Amino acid sequence: MGDHHHGPAQGLSRWLFTTNHKDIGTMYLWFSFAMFILGGAFAMIIRAELFQPGMQLVEPAFFNQMTTLHGLIMVFGAIMPSFVGLANWMIPMMIGAPDMALPRMNNWSFWILPPAFLILASTLFMEGGAPAFGWTFYAPLSTTYAPPSVTYFIFSIHVLGLSSIMGSINIIATVMNMRAPGMTYMKMPLFVWTWLITAFLLVAVMPVLAGAVTMMLMDIHFGTSFFSAAGGGDPVLFQHVFWFFGHPEVYIIILPAFGVVSQIIPAFSRKPLFGYASMVYATAAIAFLSFIVWAHHMYTVGMPIAGELFFMYATMLIAVPTGVKVFNWITTMWRGSMSFETPMLFSIGFLVLFTIGGFTGLMLSIAPADFQYHDSYFVVAHFHYVMVAGAVFSMTAAVYYWLPKWCGRMYNETMGKTHFWISFIGFNVTFFPQHFVGLAGMPRRIPDYALQFADFNMMSSIGAFIYGASQIMFLYNVVATIVAGKPTSDEKVWDGAEGLEWTVATPAPYHTFETPPAVR
Amino acid sequence: MIRVSKNPTVDTAAKLVAVAIGMFAFVFVVMVPLYDVLCDALGINGKTDGSQYTSVPVAIDDSRTVTVQFVATNNEGMPWEFGPSVTAMKVHPGAVNDTVFFARNPLSKDMVAQAIPSISPARAVKYFHKTECFCFNQQPLEANAKAEMPLQFIIDQDLPKDIQTITLSYTIFDVTDAVSGSLAAR
Repeated sequence: MGDHHHGPAQGLSRWLFTTNHKDIGTMYLWFSFAMFILGGAFAMIIRAELFQPGMQLVEPAFFNQMTTLHGLIMVFGAIMPSFVGLANWMIPMMIGAPDMALPRMNNWSFWILPPAFLILASTLFMEGGAPAFGWTFYAPLSTTYAPPSVTYFIFSIHVLGLSSIMGSINIIATVMNMRAPGMTYMKMPLFVWTWLITAFLLVAVMPVLAGAVTMMLMDIHFGTSFFSAAGGGDPVLFQHVFWFFGHPEVYIIILPAFGVVSQIIPAFSRKPLFGYASMVYATAAIAFLSFIVWAHHMYTVGMPIAGELFFMYATMLIAVPTGVKVFNWITTMWRGSMSFETPMLFSIGFLVLFTIGGFTGLMLSIAPADFQYHDSYFVVAHFHYVMVAGAVFSMTAAVYYWLPKWCGRMYNETMGKTHFWISFIGFNVTFFPQHFVGLAGMPRRIPDYALQFADFNMMSSIGAFIYGASQIMFLYNVVATIVAGKPTSDEKVWDGAEGLEWTVATPAPYHTFETPPAVR
Repeated sequence: MIRVSKNPTVDTAAKLVAVAIGMFAFVFVVMVPLYDVLCDALGINGKTDGSQYTSVPVAIDDSRTVTVQFVATNNEGMPWEFGPSVTAMKVHPGAVNDTVFFARNPLSKDMVAQAIPSISPARAVKYFHKTECFCFNQQPLEANAKAEMPLQFIIDQDLPKDIQTITLSYTIFDVTDAVSGSLAAR
């Protein structure tokens, strides 16, 4: 057995018809990077417009389309597919499975994604322009006042939601049924654990998002009044439905990032992860709590005081399992034999900056204080600390960490470290000042601002250009590694790395674990 | 545990598909109705419930006076002149009170409007009973026509003592297109 290895098919059909988890993972990763560049380009337009007060480059209507598409593409096109790609690549190799459980569905869940984003991006060229109602698409902005292209937007959300649900079902089916003998649940690497829980969250809430856009579709085209006060509906209902999806969604984005740093920090501290079981329980606790805190996004809609208090306390409770995680990572590093290669730098950057984002999240959770922070740049700063410095930094760390295993070549360490420091500095220059302008009252999603915010906004824009440019260096480093990196054939590329993925040959062969490995 | 299929992978996948479909249905059969029920029960958004009020045969409470203020707002793009005939009334709990709102359609086309009420403070919602209100129905007005729209209400004797002022706000929406659409469909 295993002697009739066959390599990948040749040409385009290899990628179109592939059912190989590594091929599909690669496609997910490249697609999400393309979306990262597109969403990043929109962010550059936003920051260029905000470089100085007054109207500089673009019309306000176009500015609104940029903020909307930037958010949608980064959340649904860049961050989520990048982690699905990583799951495809790594989960079978981490649990000793030959492939994903449902390989043909895996092919579908990737290939419906590019058309969904093609439709979304094409709305830019439609009459009335692209959706301009913010990535949260609150009704009635997204129903009564929406551009005609909103119908394409709804279709695109339906399709990408379907893709996410199929991807998650595949991950759950793989983890539950395809673990190698001896690979018990409590022996699984933490990345597998966080993805298993994330996949359950996705199966539970992506249909809720589909329900929200379906109600929009019916209000717009079929005369219902779910969100229209004139017909007996209520726009606030939209916010409840959206955030019932939206809050678990932010953990869908961050939990796999937790998983990644839980693999990398022990590897470069040369110590096992501290508190493995508590990490698993903390992840599950965060996932549970994410379902009962959604209204902290909407303290200002006019809730009864009991509601405000419930959502405030429940939200603050999330700090406990999250704190468990942060302390476990720090304790893992404590007295470790640490080294600071690029993946470790990005992981430590993640740890520091995500913690800052977590603290600003705690500030926002305080209902009476939130009335001041709501819809200000403070919120923008907060969620970029957790989305960019959280999810994107950890994703970057993951690419540097596993790239040598994927392609059998070493990336340029100096360039990687340079990329980290430029990213780190650029990121903080961009988003730290936004805390200040937000607390001083600068509202988000507005193309112009009062003069007193000019200096901080100029800093922000300069930081954004630096951060944006540093991603080109990342792209160059990855491509240069794949094409002409220093070959390596060490099974363990990193001497401190643990896990089944480091027991297969380097570069990882097209088929791995056709016979299950022995797990002690 | 119920097994859908002998193949464990198919079994897991089928159950998860059922969960996904269930969550989609959950939005429509649980979240939307539950939202309405909670809003009614808690008086959120100042929505009065549609239930029939049967007046309690208790004498009018002359010892207390409650000020009821009337506010009228036009939804964006609604051209009607719309407002209360008096902006505030002093009433006794238990008494039946009448007032009128006026409306005029200044355009040279027939229109239909719908007024949506909201009461504040929210705690007063369940003590404010409308026995007759123009907001119960849509209001058609021919081109350039005027109308006086009646409102009859009773403040419940059980209104908490600390509430001395109640504000009743109406927002008027243009529903001409929605109505003509459904008429055309008929």
